[in-house]
Amino acid sequence: MNDFIAQLLEANGHRKTRLLAILRAIQATYFHIPKEAITLLSRSLGLPVSHIISVVDFYSFFHSTPRGQYDILFSDSITDHMLDKQSLMNYFSHQCQVGIGQVRKDGRVSLDNTACTGMCDQGPAALINGYAVPRLDRPKIDLIAKLIEQELPLAEWPETIFQVDDPIWKTGLLLNSRLAPGESLLAADARGLDATLNEIDQSKLRGRGGAGFKTALKWRLCASEPEQERFVVCNADEGEPGTFKDRVLLNRYADWLIEGMTLASLLIKSQQGFLYLRGEYLHLFEPLQAKLAERRLNGLLGDNILGKGWSFDIEICLGAGSYICGEESALIESLEGRSGIARNRPPYPVTEGYLNKPTIVDNVETFIAAAHIAIHGGNWFAAQGTEQSSGTKILSISGDTPQPGIYEVPFGTPVAAILEDCLAEDVLGIQVGGPSGTFISNREFHRRLAFEDLPSGGSFIIFNKQRDILEIVRNFTHFFADESCGFCTPCRVGTILLSEQIDKLYDGYGSVGDIVALQELGHLLKTNSHCGLGQTAANPMLNTLARYPEIYQSKIKFPHFGPGFNLDEALQAARKIAHRDDSEAHLSQSGD
Amino acid sequence: MTQTFMLDGLAIPFEDGQTIMEAAIAAGHYIPHLCYHPDFTPYGSCKLCNVNVNGKICAACTFPAMAGQTVISESEEQNRDRQRITQMLFVEGNHFCPSCEKSGNCQLQGVAYHLKMTDDHFNHQFPHREIDASHPDILIDFNRCIFCALCVRASQEEDGKAVFAISGRGINKRLIINSDSGQLKDSELTVNDRATHICPTGAILIKHTAYQVPIGDRQFDHHSISEVSMDQDSSAP
Repeated sequence: MNDFIAQLLEANGHRKTRLLAILRAIQATYFHIPKEAITLLSRSLGLPVSHIISVVDFYSFFHSTPRGQYDILFSDSITDHMLDKQSLMNYFSHQCQVGIGQVRKDGRVSLDNTACTGMCDQGPAALINGYAVPRLDRPKIDLIAKLIEQELPLAEWPETIFQVDDPIWKTGLLLNSRLAPGESLLAADARGLDATLNEIDQSKLRGRGGAGFKTALKWRLCASEPEQERFVVCNADEGEPGTFKDRVLLNRYADWLIEGMTLASLLIKSQQGFLYLRGEYLHLFEPLQAKLAERRLNGLLGDNILGKGWSFDIEICLGAGSYICGEESALIESLEGRSGIARNRPPYPVTEGYLNKPTIVDNVETFIAAAHIAIHGGNWFAAQGTEQSSGTKILSISGDTPQPGIYEVPFGTPVAAILEDCLAEDVLGIQVGGPSGTFISNREFHRRLAFEDLPSGGSFIIFNKQRDILEIVRNFTHFFADESCGFCTPCRVGTILLSEQIDKLYDGYGSVGDIVALQELGHLLKTNSHCGLGQTAANPMLNTLARYPEIYQSKIKFPHFGPGFNLDEALQAARKIAHRDDSEAHLSQSGD
Repeated sequence: MTQTFMLDGLAIPFEDGQTIMEAAIAAGHYIPHLCYHPDFTPYGSCKLCNVNVNGKICAACTFPAMAGQTVISESEEQNRDRQRITQMLFVEGNHFCPSCEKSGNCQLQGVAYHLKMTDDHFNHQFPHREIDASHPDILIDFNRCIFCALCVRASQEEDGKAVFAISGRGINKRLIINSDSGQLKDSELTVNDRATHICPTGAILIKHTAYQVPIGDRQFDHHSISEVSMDQDSSAP
């Protein structure tokens, strides 16, 4: 192990900021992070043991006890459930003789759940040793089980198992455009860098991750900082359940993205960029590295770009299973090799970001839009969309539609038109912008996709009338509890209490005070939490409670007072200890 | 001319770089808090000091004071939310005041008295947490940790040791100790460290000193946390 770690540290330049990459390699080799490894890293990186343990503890892809040689994680998104995920997972468990959440005794295989893996258009999906496996069905599971029993290395498995498609159903302004490598950089040079930033301003481009901050303003603020060392960061950590458009963009249009980041580096005068890629997209890591290498070879990245004396390079950093790292300041913490905990703001990243230096953090789609705007000008972009939301939005549509995939639509498009495009019928409601966004009912399809009406980072999950609202809410609420970083009290404790409260209703133990309690707790989370995760964690419940109060009411079995749990079940442990199972050792539920 | 902002209808002077909390304390106004301490870098995790700043809720201990702000702290709404947040801290750990030797000197208890908390409101989580009694002079009862990170900061910033860290995520957050064994006895912590004395609850205790002051004669038995805190925080260097 000493040699392995020494080489690993060498390859990562002994940089503390590379801690996640180092731990990823250790996890992949030893199926966990051994204690000796932590001690070695602590000594060589000069980090306290407790710091490294806290990072291992924080990210869901790191483990302090060994996982199986083949570690299988089923995606737990609501869309996976809608595609029969649970019965497939049970089938896998049976075929591989491994319990859910467990490691098989021989250490060969382990099985567990993970948050949405960004394959909602081709679920149910799983990760095998971090690599995406979409479109699971029983024959595919049979094949995987066989390969595991044969102990065949993953590299020798049939490629079809890992085949990820890029279903693009509707293209628009951006996806219909062309961009020759270097074209936008040359256009920016010809127009002048200040004039190019003015064009981006003119385009009224706003951040595509969902928050919608004006891109030109952000870049200008960063460029005006006195500190000369500045950073360009691409947020490719799309973890919002139901979002996968960046996956497609990274696979098909990586050149555009890198071009957009390089353009940004010219405009804010930065020499170093980072592409923070969510750990679930490990399959994109090598292709993206190859693309960066190709651009370096062609003089489009590195020193003296296009012979113009510009210098800029990009490093890819993989996440390790944490939704909160999509929040820009948590992402920066993660880039620095720490747990992803959102910073106190101000200061904002434009003034104190990566290593406390001025940093812009933008979404994949934002950089791509900027690259095209540099060529075609601001008016070209602003000609589409609405006054406050210019241009188009690339949506990831999943759920109850015969055509899940990517749709590029102008901002301002009514929801009804989007549903027509994707041939969705019999729709009950839509989760626009993912769990942290808005749930709309079928009485609101006149509403428009726009920052001023229905904002969305890209997630658009359709539910038909056969779906159970409370089941959806339950899935989303548990997701937030699992992903809460735990820093602030309202979110750390509130998301758990909210999950318990929803479960209580779902399981049929709700009484009349529970709905008031839900509302109160939801409001507390929304107003008092430290960051967006806690502030939006109650949205699925609050949105659906406002729209379907009758569904919540119908779950209340005890109108006045009722036990919050199954009395008889709770006595099971006592019966076991007392070796009793006679009728006197059982209780009937009051109200039965 | 001095800059001011409005706190509950009163003009509060402040200097550039001061937080709302610092300016409020300097002007003699108490804002309930647990993770804030004037000697250490503001952290902002407990959210008890949340105040309404121009309509938005911000942590007073981390949010900068700015001229013209309207800050509301002592409203029914803020204090109701504070009470709920305090109740959350009680139910997520195992806080049994009657059998805790910190009772009467515990800031969590003191804040609860101040906010007139009379019940726990939420369901108890009853987590399984260990006790570390390995150190000859110091005991850690993790059941009472509220993740305020004051020991983490005191050890780093004043003792220069980094004995503690907050690990885990979500409800599985845990305080850990920087030593190869993970035990306190193998850490650099000593009884004279600032970190040993900073815990606002009964999580970090000094052995052989319990009950030297009888229950009934302790800090919060006779004085509200608002008085005690204002005395201590405003006299800090």
